Amino acid sequence: MSIEVRHLSHVYGEGSAIRTVALEDISFTVREGEFVGIVGHTGSGKSTLVQHLNGLLKPTSGQVLVDGEDLNGEKVNRRALRQRIGLVFQYPEYQLFEETVAKDIAFGPKNQKLEAAEIDRRVRKAMESVRLDYDTYAEKSPFELSGGQMRRAAIAGVLAMEPEVLILDEPTAGLDPRGQDRILSMLEDLREKEHKTILMVSHSMEDMARLADRLLVISGGKLAADGSPREIFSDPALMTSVGLDVPEAAKLCMALRAAGYDLPEDLYKPEELRERILAIWKEGAAC
Amino acid sequence: MLGNITMGQYYPVDSPVHRLDPRTKLILTIAFIVGVFLVHSLWGYALVFGFVYMTARVARLPFRMLLKGLKPLRIILVMTFLLNLFFTAGDDVLVSFWIIRITREALRQAVFYSLRLLFLVIGTSVLTLTTSPVALSDALEILMGPLKKIHFPAHELAMMMTIALRFIPTLLDETDKIMKAQMARGADFESGNLLSRAKAMVPLLVPLFVSAFRRAGDLAMAMESRCYHGGEGRTRFRVLKFGKHDALAAGIMVVFLAVIVLIP
Repeated sequence: MSIEVRHLSHVYGEGSAIRTVALEDISFTVREGEFVGIVGHTGSGKSTLVQHLNGLLKPTSGQVLVDGEDLNGEKVNRRALRQRIGLVFQYPEYQLFEETVAKDIAFGPKNQKLEAAEIDRRVRKAMESVRLDYDTYAEKSPFELSGGQMRRAAIAGVLAMEPEVLILDEPTAGLDPRGQDRILSMLEDLREKEHKTILMVSHSMEDMARLADRLLVISGGKLAADGSPREIFSDPALMTSVGLDVPEAAKLCMALRAAGYDLPEDLYKPEELRERILAIWKEGAAC
Repeated sequence: MLGNITMGQYYPVDSPVHRLDPRTKLILTIAFIVGVFLVHSLWGYALVFGFVYMTARVARLPFRMLLKGLKPLRIILVMTFLLNLFFTAGDDVLVSFWIIRITREALRQAVFYSLRLLFLVIGTSVLTLTTSPVALSDALEILMGPLKKIHFPAHELAMMMTIALRFIPTLLDETDKIMKAQMARGADFESGNLLSRAKAMVPLLVPLFVSAFRRAGDLAMAMESRCYHGGEGRTRFRVLKFGKHDALAAGIMVVFLAVIVLIP
């Protein structure tokens, strides 16, 4: 399933005193199986953008095409489509409402009118994907869980609909490092084992360095850059101009290059950099 | 989805009326209401209209904003007019057919009552359009101050009003967000019969209540950690002060009332 965005603009409060342009002329295409990171400063329009991708918001002008079909066309069943394009909102734990974790996760599949056995299978699978043990947590109230567990239960609620495309808005915000790592490794698994197309909004460049195949940089409602992390992180001027940082590894790499060490300029993953530094250190030790 | 609901109709522009002390505006609005009740002729209403129109101009309010405030009242206005028209006793019959009799007195009363209602709403709209809800509750607190003597909780009431007003946009945002999040999970808020619609509200209301309680708890904690202990001995960041403008506004109102009373 591919998503194509064409000249998308969105204006809040059109025709009133509080008119604000949230998005302006954005175009890009997400191909099947890609892991796309959407980065941008607070208020740049990232969240508004992702809500267009499953039809929760209507563009003021422009189009969103899913498999070539206009998402806001008259004949499109947007409810069915929303189940194929799963959207996990910011702080999704605030939308939990059922008596038990299992029931909450079953809310999406139930709305799809699936059979009980299929719903049960999906709940178990979704809980496994987010690493919540079924026997321990299924019958607990979602309000008894810890923050990180609640977040994962909420994400399971979207996964249980088995969407082809998964969109996550700041899935790691406000979690401790361990909780963040759990979510990121869960996303890695979803990409590698289930080959899902994933779009993730984040302003953690570390997360992006770890996961993204491609980055969309949004600034002031416009698409400032679209490219691989390697291209984008090796351009610190661009990142500074949109108010973002480059990953720590890329920063360290640049500092070492400035100090005269022979390193390529486009390293941004901690592991790659470690290999290089170790290699240089061994050479140095040898002579 | 909820964008078209504007809570509190404050119209944020800068004008001499906006800058008036909220207490002045509150008292003058009450005076204006009394004035409207003193009017007994069409000339009087013409004057009232002129006065409201000029106030709106000075306040830089588009006139249609004032008329918008009348929209929810249109049924009451029409009912007032019709009931007075058909059910007022009188001798001077203008129209009469079947069981309907319309007298001169009835017509007069119908027109006057409707106009009175109309100007009451428009007059108070000028107050709410030019005064932010927070300023208004401040003014109320001070004006109700003397009632503290008889243990009327003026401060607590004003504080509750302020907090409630403060959280309306927050909760609306939250509702919008939760609604969208559940819609992303296939929830359907728009179709089905009454029962299924009521059921569909559960996934919206439970998280909304949970978050409202969480916010209330957080707010209470934040207030307590900053030593909030009620109104006693509490000073204000923005102290309300009467100025020249307030005196001028009061003067204009006195002249207006005097003219109204003197008009036959």
